[in-house]
Amino acid sequence: MSNIREPLIFKHSRSGRSAVGQYPQGASAEVPEKFRRRKRAALPEVSELQAVRHFTRLSQLNFSIDTHFYPLGSCTMKYNPRACNAFAMLPEFLGRHPLAPSSVSQGFLTCLYELQEMLKEVTGMKGVSLTPMAGAQGEFAGVAMIRAYHRARNDLQRTEIIVPDAAHGTNPATATMCGCTVVEIPSLPNGDIDIEALKGALGPKTAGIMLTNPSTLGVFERRIQEVAKLVHEAGGLLYYDGANLNAILGKVRPGDMGFDVIHMNLHKTFSTPHGGGGPGSGAVGVGQRLLPFLPIPTVGKDGDQYRWLDENDLPQTIGRLSAFMGNAGVLLRAYVYMRMLGRQGMHRVAEFSALNANYLLARLKKAGFEAAYPERRASHEFIITMKRQAKELGVNAMDFAKRLLDYGFHAPTTYFPLLVPECLLIEPTETEAKEELDAFVEALIAIQAEAEQDAAKVKGAPYTLPVRRLDDVRAAKQLDLTYGMRSSE
Amino acid sequence: MPFIPHTESEISEMLAAIGAPSIDALFDEIPAALRTKALAGIPDALSEMEVGRLMQERAQQDGRPLNFLGAGAYEHHIPAAVWAIVTRGEFYSAYTPYQAEASQGTLQLLYEYQTMMSSLTGMEVSNASLYDGASALAEACLMAVRAHRKSKSARIVVPTTVNPTYLSVARAVVEGQNLSFTVLPYEAGKGTLQFSQLEALKGEDITAVVVQQPNFFGQMEDVDAITDWAHANNALVIAVVNPLSLALFKPPGEWGAKGVDIVVGDGQPLGVPLSSGGPYFGFMTTRMEHVRQMPGRIIGRTVDLDGKQGFTLTLQAREQHIRRSKATSNICTNQGLLVTAATIHMSLLGAAGLEAVAATSQGQANKLVDKLTRIPGVKVVFDGYRFHEAVLQLPTRVGDVLDALAKRNIVGGLDLSKLYPELDNALLVCATEMRTDADLDAYALALADVLERKP
Repeated sequence: MSNIREPLIFKHSRSGRSAVGQYPQGASAEVPEKFRRRKRAALPEVSELQAVRHFTRLSQLNFSIDTHFYPLGSCTMKYNPRACNAFAMLPEFLGRHPLAPSSVSQGFLTCLYELQEMLKEVTGMKGVSLTPMAGAQGEFAGVAMIRAYHRARNDLQRTEIIVPDAAHGTNPATATMCGCTVVEIPSLPNGDIDIEALKGALGPKTAGIMLTNPSTLGVFERRIQEVAKLVHEAGGLLYYDGANLNAILGKVRPGDMGFDVIHMNLHKTFSTPHGGGGPGSGAVGVGQRLLPFLPIPTVGKDGDQYRWLDENDLPQTIGRLSAFMGNAGVLLRAYVYMRMLGRQGMHRVAEFSALNANYLLARLKKAGFEAAYPERRASHEFIITMKRQAKELGVNAMDFAKRLLDYGFHAPTTYFPLLVPECLLIEPTETEAKEELDAFVEALIAIQAEAEQDAAKVKGAPYTLPVRRLDDVRAAKQLDLTYGMRSSE
Repeated sequence: MPFIPHTESEISEMLAAIGAPSIDALFDEIPAALRTKALAGIPDALSEMEVGRLMQERAQQDGRPLNFLGAGAYEHHIPAAVWAIVTRGEFYSAYTPYQAEASQGTLQLLYEYQTMMSSLTGMEVSNASLYDGASALAEACLMAVRAHRKSKSARIVVPTTVNPTYLSVARAVVEGQNLSFTVLPYEAGKGTLQFSQLEALKGEDITAVVVQQPNFFGQMEDVDAITDWAHANNALVIAVVNPLSLALFKPPGEWGAKGVDIVVGDGQPLGVPLSSGGPYFGFMTTRMEHVRQMPGRIIGRTVDLDGKQGFTLTLQAREQHIRRSKATSNICTNQGLLVTAATIHMSLLGAAGLEAVAATSQGQANKLVDKLTRIPGVKVVFDGYRFHEAVLQLPTRVGDVLDALAKRNIVGGLDLSKLYPELDNALLVCATEMRTDADLDAYALALADVLERKP
């Protein structure tokens, strides 16, 4: 990988060169002078082979699930079955216009309706809307529904959202986006929520609480029933962040834990691709109380006909979150995945992701690494802390992460959650084989030995990738965001 | 077990290493009363062959009707090379480039994308994508409020010629944040913003004016005059554009004397199939002075320890994972794979190719309007220059006509009666380079038949 270099596509560009077979010939639009573009955009002028070779080479500079173990905690980087992609990309699905009449959309709508039903079943919720386009938009929909619920009851003072300190950054950012105030509560040393702090935070202004369970600390919130009781008694609602749903699929359902609303990251739990940063899908599920507020459109069924439900069916809806109906192609992939797992396979997701995580944790503990919560079961992920190595050897979590890249492993999530110092959040997922986990343990043991013998070697990593550590300060101070922006070109 | 590699002996070994008697014991921290019994509502597992058969049946049920519908999603030819590369595992199954050294492919591609979008829109900087065009408009409104500190009103002026669904989405997304929208009507007969309505707001505190070009009807707005008016009245300008159309039309960075402040739109026409509405991607470009108010990921070029060029996520202090409740937006995962498609698509077509696609689409749309308006009772509603879409008036209820056309395997356009009740029996039609002359004739013939009440 280290020897591959690929210049910017603009360097392959020559005036007058083109992949001319790719576009229609002969037409010209008579654009009035007033509207006419005077100078062509500076897009590359390359041949088809040059473009194909360039982007193929770029792809080879990436780590990915298909090429590397990718234990990025909280992201559920499991295998994306190729069948999901192939069947979502059948020409009829790709060619279907989003506003085509439902008479020529029954096949597509059937898939979506059945997906809604399956997601209800695995989460224990009463209704599902598939429109949110990523986890953060699902969170937005969830908190917006909580707000709408309180407003509909004329309970206007409920504007506070309680968020544990371990939460994903999207939780507090979402609460703010919804016009709510964030009240942060601490976690106990054992990883559970501080119930006393929760009691102190609850009150007549409480709109709800946003929880991830298992939490981002990689442990199951054992007192969830008590938390639910307290929040409900205070008049608030419970929001379930589905980031870690992979850990409990088929084992325990958010609806049964007492949650009123949930978003699901279909790109995590239901294995749709992460695509180098999306598309995701943040479908939301709700209990009885929030059914009227679901974002539109959803899919309904009249007799044997499927149709879109809109504001006429759901007059209290929080509205539309996308121009059409969300990331439809992602939904089809999730549908195919769920049909392949079926009733027999759903619970195996949680079982084998927990087996892999607990095995990896046990082996790393035995090798001398420090678990953040050594007395607890791991969920589908767990945290080790490098604070001892940082203090004694001057080698921190980021150094370990970067050196892992040299060993051919994508790094775990680093420095998140923020409350565990020098942490690595490790999520192996259920699709990794034991030998891959063993090799990862061996790599960490080898890096530990390197750190003890030659700390500078680890701190200088990586060495075998297309670039070494990048100057992030320069990137932010001397902004270079487009080719040609800086005169040094 | 599908997608799970463990053998029986490995399971035993792993449990022994953990010190757990069974896999079930790994869940012993979950209160027993909460444990799920059975998922009775989930159907039996299917093999890949079986699920393939099922999906083929579902797909064939919908068929491939001849499409004359646009309204924000456009059917264009996508070179085969685009999705052949996009679905390479190295792009398809990677994630947000948090570890820059192991993600240089994605990062360099995004930097190239930012360069292309900036140039296409005539702006200085671009982010690495938002969800779709509608949510991008919502983010642009929020960004305008942050960027325009002198304006205290948080008031956004939007003509009804902006895609009505985009406005609905913007309202839903900004609902909790005390923004207000002032909606201005279009001029009858022209289908463009009625300028006198804008003039009536002179002197009032307006944060931003939104203008869509070409607008939802396909008509061209007087963007120079609107941009200059907004700036003269201390308002920012948010442009909503079809990126393909910019191959032909003046980019928003050149509208009026100073150019607009924020450009957003849906990137779907750049290499993304219709695919029932998504995944598409939203784009956003702006002036350098506003870059710190821009939401979403931004990639910067820098150097590594050896002084070698490299790419990395930058200006992350704007984002939710750093700034938490004070972030510019809650967006995290965006639409990276679709941007990958667009970047490859733009590279293959180049500016000349995009121009040819836009011009051919325009030509076919003009021919379509020509053919359809020869049918008795079918008229063009708005005068003026249009881009590849048009509003037609039919002599009868559009919904019934579209149903009848669907039976003939034609998706005939969008019924505007729900979105614009004042427009009588109005139909929004579209043609792109994908529609041949024979397709246009087939539509004209079918419409004539339907209007004559022939079964």
